Amino acid sequence: MKQFFIAMISGLLFGAGLAVSGMTDTNKVIGFLDLFGAWDISLLLVMIAGLCVTVPAYQLRKRLKKPFFSSEFSLPSMGSVDGKLLMGAALFGIGWGLYGYCPGPAVASLSYGNIDSVYFLVAMFVGMNVANKIS
Amino acid sequence: MYITPIMGGLMIGTAAAFLLWTLGKVAGISGIYWNAFSVELPLLSKERVWRLAFLLGLVAGPVLVHHVSTIAVPAAPESGVMAAVIAGFIVGLGTRLGSGCTSGHGICGIARFSTRSLLATAVFMFTGFLTVYLLRHVFA
Repeated sequence: MKQFFIAMISGLLFGAGLAVSGMTDTNKVIGFLDLFGAWDISLLLVMIAGLCVTVPAYQLRKRLKKPFFSSEFSLPSMGSVDGKLLMGAALFGIGWGLYGYCPGPAVASLSYGNIDSVYFLVAMFVGMNVANKIS
Repeated sequence: MYITPIMGGLMIGTAAAFLLWTLGKVAGISGIYWNAFSVELPLLSKERVWRLAFLLGLVAGPVLVHHVSTIAVPAAPESGVMAAVIAGFIVGLGTRLGSGCTSGHGICGIARFSTRSLLATAVFMFTGFLTVYLLRHVFA
């Protein structure tokens, strides 16, 4: 129960941050990706501001034996770069540029009540299943 | 005019830091979304439930923002259903193959100084720029 509320608060703050920053606005996101048009730099600031918090948080974490409300940290291993990673990232960027949603804003946009967000999310889940089958 | 992107970014970063310090988890939305709905986990396992809770919060966040602030609800995308389905599929395929998206690689992975995440972020930014360039300035 405690874990449920903690995760919900984190999601709430994350979703609020997406809405405040403009990441849930596909026009703004595509404006940021339009390097050769009227480039809107502001979404770069979202990432930099985010990193200003996460870099110290991830580095200071090394001094903690365990998280406050869980028995251990579950972090992906620091593997090496491979073709699957690069191919996946390349595809993701194409999909992001096509429509203007990455996964977070796509989920958060459900709150705006546009049915297209549902189609986007269902297709995203299908794509994830296909990726699992072929890898 | 740059106040809201900076404020929003700080909120996103704080949410990710909070999730790491409390539950020890990475705030990577593509992974959270996948594991929340995939059949790989038992129906009501602890590992699924926290992710569903996070996603609930993620949807509630913008509702709260647009309710308490003057930030307007963004215009609905006009690309149409087909574009939504095609883009959604590619985003799902790509994030699963590439083990993450903007949040998992860009906000959390880079903060861990992960080479994989740094490279993945450079690649998806590049193909994102390229896609918009082709759509807006070549095939427009």
